[in-house]
Amino acid sequence: MKRLNVASGIITVITIGFAMLWAFPLYWAVITTLKPEYEVVEPGVGLLPKIWTLAGYIYVVLNTQIGRWYLNSLVTSGSVTILVIMLSSACGYALSQLRFPGRTILWLMILASFMVPIQTLIVTHFILMNDFGFINKWLGVILPQLIVPVAVIVYKQFFDQIPKEFREAALIDGASEFQLFFRIFLPMNWGISTALAIITFIGAWNNFLWPFLVVTQQEMMNVTVGITQVKDAFGVQYARNLSGAVLAALPVALAYLIFQRRVTEAIMLSAGIKG
Amino acid sequence: MKLGRNQATAAFILVAPFVIAYLVLFIYPTYKMVQLSFTDAPLIGEGNWIGWANYIKLASDKQFFAAALHTGYFVLLTVIPTTLLGLVIALMVTRLKGWLQSLVLAAFFLPYILPVTVVFLIWQWMLDLQFGIAQYAIELFNGSRVAVFRDKYWAMPSVAFITIWWTNGFNVLLFIAGLRNISQDLYDAASLDNASSWQQFRHLTWPLIWPVTALVLTIQLILQLKIFDQIYLFTQGGPFNSTYVMVQYIYKFAFQLNRGGYAAAVAVILFLVIVVVSVLQYQVLRVRGARS
Repeated sequence: MKRLNVASGIITVITIGFAMLWAFPLYWAVITTLKPEYEVVEPGVGLLPKIWTLAGYIYVVLNTQIGRWYLNSLVTSGSVTILVIMLSSACGYALSQLRFPGRTILWLMILASFMVPIQTLIVTHFILMNDFGFINKWLGVILPQLIVPVAVIVYKQFFDQIPKEFREAALIDGASEFQLFFRIFLPMNWGISTALAIITFIGAWNNFLWPFLVVTQQEMMNVTVGITQVKDAFGVQYARNLSGAVLAALPVALAYLIFQRRVTEAIMLSAGIKG
Repeated sequence: MKLGRNQATAAFILVAPFVIAYLVLFIYPTYKMVQLSFTDAPLIGEGNWIGWANYIKLASDKQFFAAALHTGYFVLLTVIPTTLLGLVIALMVTRLKGWLQSLVLAAFFLPYILPVTVVFLIWQWMLDLQFGIAQYAIELFNGSRVAVFRDKYWAMPSVAFITIWWTNGFNVLLFIAGLRNISQDLYDAASLDNASSWQQFRHLTWPLIWPVTALVLTIQLILQLKIFDQIYLFTQGGPFNSTYVMVQYIYKFAFQLNRGGYAAAVAVILFLVIVVVSVLQYQVLRVRGARS
């Protein structure tokens, strides 16, 4: 029994060491932003700055359009989140609780499009947004990100668990169809809605390919795209580069740390595993 | 009867926003992509119907096959390693208890929620030829420093390695959920029978976790076939086109060479590959699910 404990202890130590190694690049990136540029390129490994400074951050805030990029990211990711939740919950509810012509075919199409790679549509999305005049516009960034079949599927599955009698009883009490949805069914699932909203927001904030294609003017870029577009101007100024990176990652890192359980739950839901 | 009609009207109003978005932003672009692939249109503007010409040209386009091959190479370097690593880490994490478990899990998961450009900036710094801290490790194994993203042999494996670091937390999460669903009673019974840890893993954990393993493999395969972001940021497809992948091929023809028709043909092929793979995987999963 004692030998087992020693072995178990060793595995625990290995696990902790491995976790620290895994997270080290994150630590190293953050600590680099707090050093002066000349200290960053000193040989050797300085695990803590000799001189603590926020010069990298100050430079990025004053000399790039990062404030504007932040606004673009907030507006586009926020809009994508709100719209995806609204469209998907309404559609998922109707598919689950209401009977209407075309219901089966709509459900089958949504199930089938679950597998379709949206990335392959970049060419025609670009043409479409150009026809609408949405290149370099917030709407151009937002619209193609609205198709999230998996959100509809998750909502339908959750509304399916609510017994039919529930709806009928509320109807007899005189509730209208829309009151039913907005006042009763949607609030019942607010946990799912927040979970989905958080990962939709993180996904939209982190999206690279589409915002990168549809925006060519610096002032319309999302922050995640912007921080790479100005790297040439910095040269090898790593403290500045990484300060931009830390600022760009801050909202999603915070969202994860605050809503850890919800994020986990949402990931399981969209992967089809009940945690 | 009136109630039924009310219900249908309400339903139409509720599904309308999604259906309109779906038709305009998904069905129409898909149809348009197929149509475009039979023309010689530039990215913006009209073109002539040229039948199968784009596809015929594609069939003898060496660069296209190279891009397909590189995509396959990337899939090979990531999908199975990241699945196995995810399982190993999940097994390590589930052994731990309480706050230590949360902390260790957070360390493995945190990279997953970062934007790809942040991952790019971090690893560009880590692997900088002159100042990168990871170069000490490379020096140790290789004998000398390597400009990994400018080296034909190192570029793709390096991007694959970084991709695994970035996305593995997702797999860990799925495996942990799967491991929690395995009843503790089974392990207790196995312990009573004096089964060793390895025997327990081999005959209990592995078969019972297999559905999750298959799920992770599927998700990863489909995800990595669509690889673009990291490769574009780190190497732009270089050096010597050694990391050129399918999505970048679409990007190049559409947005750099202004050949919308040809790019659409490449997109159609990739679209079909991913749909076929998805359907096949789905069937495989279903068969296995039915057997167990």
